[in-house]
Amino acid sequence: MAAPVNSQSSGNQTYGELVNRLLLPTWLVIGCLLLIPVLLMTVYSFLTKEFRGGIEWNFTLAAYEQFFITRGLFGDEPPQIEWTYITIFWRSVWQAALATLLCLVIGFPTAWFIATRPARIRPVWLFLITIPYWVNLLIRTVSLRFILRDNGPLNEAMMALGVISDPLPILNTDLAVQIGLFYSYLPFMVLPIYAAVERFDFALSEAAADLYANRWQTLTQVVIPVVRPGIVAGCILVFIPALGAFLAPDLLGGAKNFMVGSLIDEQFRGSQGNWPFGAAVSVILMTLVLIALLVQARNASRGQA
Amino acid sequence: MKRLLALTALVTGLLPFIASPGMAEGQLKVYHWFEYIPQELVDKFEAETGIDVTIDTYDSNEAMLASLKAGKLGQYDVAVPGDYMVEIMRGEGLLDSYKPDEMPNFKNIAPEWLDVPFDPGRQHSIPYQWGSTAFAVNRNVYKGDISSLAIIFNPPEELKGKINVLDSQGEVLALGSLYLGIPQCSQDREQLKALNDMLLAAKANWASFGSDTAEDVLVSGDAAAGMIYNGFSAKARAEGANVEYAFPKEGYVVWMDNMVLLKDAPNRANALKFMNFLLDPKNAAAVTNYAAYNSGVTGVDPFLSDAVRNSPENNPPAGQKGEFIEACDQDTQKLYDAIWTNLKK
Amino acid sequence: MKGVRHYPGFLAATIACLLILYVPLMVIAVYSFNGSTSITKWSGFSLRWYADVFTGPEAERFGLATWNSLSIAIIAATVSTMIATAAALAMIRGGSFRGRQATYALINLPLMVPEIVVAVATLIFFTTIGLTTGYMTILLAHVTFCIPFAYLPIAARLTGIEPTYEQAARDLYATRGQAFRLVLLPLLGPGLVSGWLLAFIISLDDFIITNFVKGAGMETLPTAIFGSVKQGIKPNIMAISTLMLGVSILFVSLSYLVNRRGRTAA
Repeated sequence: MAAPVNSQSSGNQTYGELVNRLLLPTWLVIGCLLLIPVLLMTVYSFLTKEFRGGIEWNFTLAAYEQFFITRGLFGDEPPQIEWTYITIFWRSVWQAALATLLCLVIGFPTAWFIATRPARIRPVWLFLITIPYWVNLLIRTVSLRFILRDNGPLNEAMMALGVISDPLPILNTDLAVQIGLFYSYLPFMVLPIYAAVERFDFALSEAAADLYANRWQTLTQVVIPVVRPGIVAGCILVFIPALGAFLAPDLLGGAKNFMVGSLIDEQFRGSQGNWPFGAAVSVILMTLVLIALLVQARNASRGQA
Repeated sequence: MKRLLALTALVTGLLPFIASPGMAEGQLKVYHWFEYIPQELVDKFEAETGIDVTIDTYDSNEAMLASLKAGKLGQYDVAVPGDYMVEIMRGEGLLDSYKPDEMPNFKNIAPEWLDVPFDPGRQHSIPYQWGSTAFAVNRNVYKGDISSLAIIFNPPEELKGKINVLDSQGEVLALGSLYLGIPQCSQDREQLKALNDMLLAAKANWASFGSDTAEDVLVSGDAAAGMIYNGFSAKARAEGANVEYAFPKEGYVVWMDNMVLLKDAPNRANALKFMNFLLDPKNAAAVTNYAAYNSGVTGVDPFLSDAVRNSPENNPPAGQKGEFIEACDQDTQKLYDAIWTNLKK
Repeated sequence: MKGVRHYPGFLAATIACLLILYVPLMVIAVYSFNGSTSITKWSGFSLRWYADVFTGPEAERFGLATWNSLSIAIIAATVSTMIATAAALAMIRGGSFRGRQATYALINLPLMVPEIVVAVATLIFFTTIGLTTGYMTILLAHVTFCIPFAYLPIAARLTGIEPTYEQAARDLYATRGQAFRLVLLPLLGPGLVSGWLLAFIISLDDFIITNFVKGAGMETLPTAIFGSVKQGIKPNIMAISTLMLGVSILFVSLSYLVNRRGRTAA
């Protein structure tokens, strides 16, 4: 019963000739409405900044230079590597990765649980997970602030239960940011995994049980390889938006440090008004993400079969 | 089932096109801060003139500038930028001008706000509201002297780790400069280094940066002291926080929001009518009572509510001078941008 | 033996998940009944904010904004799900064709670009080509960034469906369209639902892009709410959020009942 799960094998060419027509809407929509503006932005990253926002049509590498090289506060020291922005990137990557991990740890069991309920009940569970997202993210984040405060309900509950004696400072720390990011993106992990698990053939697991595998072995060696596309999809849908997020970091982390998202936002909507630099940071971010995505896609197609 | 859904979606999508606004005397498109003008006043204007008013909102001066530059210029008639932003917009050619005789109520502009550095003689703007930015302290936590900016930049023990500052480059750097006694747009290396170092040292005592939450943190107790606008401080007091607003001796920031006539305004005549309307003392008082700041129009006093007229936040002690935030030139601005990035990295 | 459907701790994880999701919502609901304007200090039960939502000065504005948000979200989710399904079919069932990698990158492009960049770039683009901003521009922008969110669950689901079913149908003289409609589509079901739901909530919540590409006078719920936050969050926003929650619960219950009625074999 080893069904091939990979899409690349032959027999999967059912829609081979239709490919162009199937992809036309995608190319039209994203190509016109996003690709062109993004290319425009990329061009912007090579232009000169106009004072207080905007661009002037002079080509220069000044924006990229600002990212990688520093010449001191007054611009007259010898050039050295600029660690400021690299640190900001690294910090955001870390935050996003931890948030993704958190979402995975809680999201996978949740998705599995829902997918193994009777078919009638499953939509109810799904909606239970997504209903909270009808409420605006800002409001929910503010509400989270309220809960995590030093004298908020969470600390009071923990003190009442005797778990801690003094309020735990959670707000304005990295932990609060993690919780916030997890809260923002959880369904993006649960829904794709659910879709993949629901398809899982439980006969496979029973076969494994017949071969004396215990439940955990079945999980790691039979289930996870099969539902891997769902897990990967979930991770992508959480990690990338989390990378550019700045609502949770700002409101819950105290906005004491720039994240990639707030750094870019400051360039376009803040006093710094440096559009080429904002565009350059975005280009660097997009390039990194694109490389990671392509590596993952290549691994997926090579490793499976 | 799917077909039904698609049909519903189609109909839903067409509805916005079916509904059309009624146009009597024309329209007015206002670009404004949210909840900065009472709806009753807008309704009054619409009833008096028959003009249909729509208000779009932005959340910061810089965001407004960015969206105007990205393509929204020509969609709005008036906007409400702050003092330094008026000067910036003037320099960028984003403003249209008017002559005093186009506005009968022009004479109501208070004389001290007539000839302002960012719009001499008032050719592009009218005063809307003005106020100050300094800090407020929770008197339950700290009972000592709060007349100095040292509360924020070199705080006493009780306040360390419990301070919120505004998440805004302009205000933080301006107050920092006032604290050190250095000019706002300085290019002097020693002074800038001192500012940079002082801010980095002070940051260790700060709990958070937040502009939207500036009032909330004082009410909830997350912060015991914080940079804040005077109006927000009054609101915090109204919500039960025992905070006192301070007018520090080193100086504090004064700001004025102004309604400006935008270039390429689609309804210029209506815009002038609206600006004229707002210069009437009764209407200016309505705005002031709503926003709880100060008006720049003479004759408002009899119409003000007692709470607003007598609030300590609106009545600075005599002799304390407030300063506008200065808009620096390009080279100087680069240095201050670097200091801010350094602070937040 | 319980079998692989029941792992210890998975139920606990699900409960934890739901708890974390709903506790902040309960706080919002509770404070929407607050008597004062504070959102942190409770001062008595009051329905004033709900009255304010329906009859207050801002009522018309918020009502229109909500309508815009919901209609845009529904349309954008539906359209992007359709486009994403077509794309998934091509990518996963189209064999290896020229430009496959490029298409993969393109589909994920909206995910990769930071929102503020998309916002500014799209506005500049629209202005350059002379497209008047308004409802349609918001809709176009939303469809665009919803596509990868709809695509990924659908693709994940499709990858796990063997082509044997459709081939069997074709062997039995079904046309390609029939094989798609009657065999593949039902199998894709959960993936489509997941994709639609994700796209819907993404569109409903979007602020930055909408704020830049909307025309003067257009508001969606997030843009209206975000603006109000700058003046301090008041409980009327909490009331609106609680109402949205109520509406969504109603919507879900209704669709569940309708589904139960028409369901054949599980």
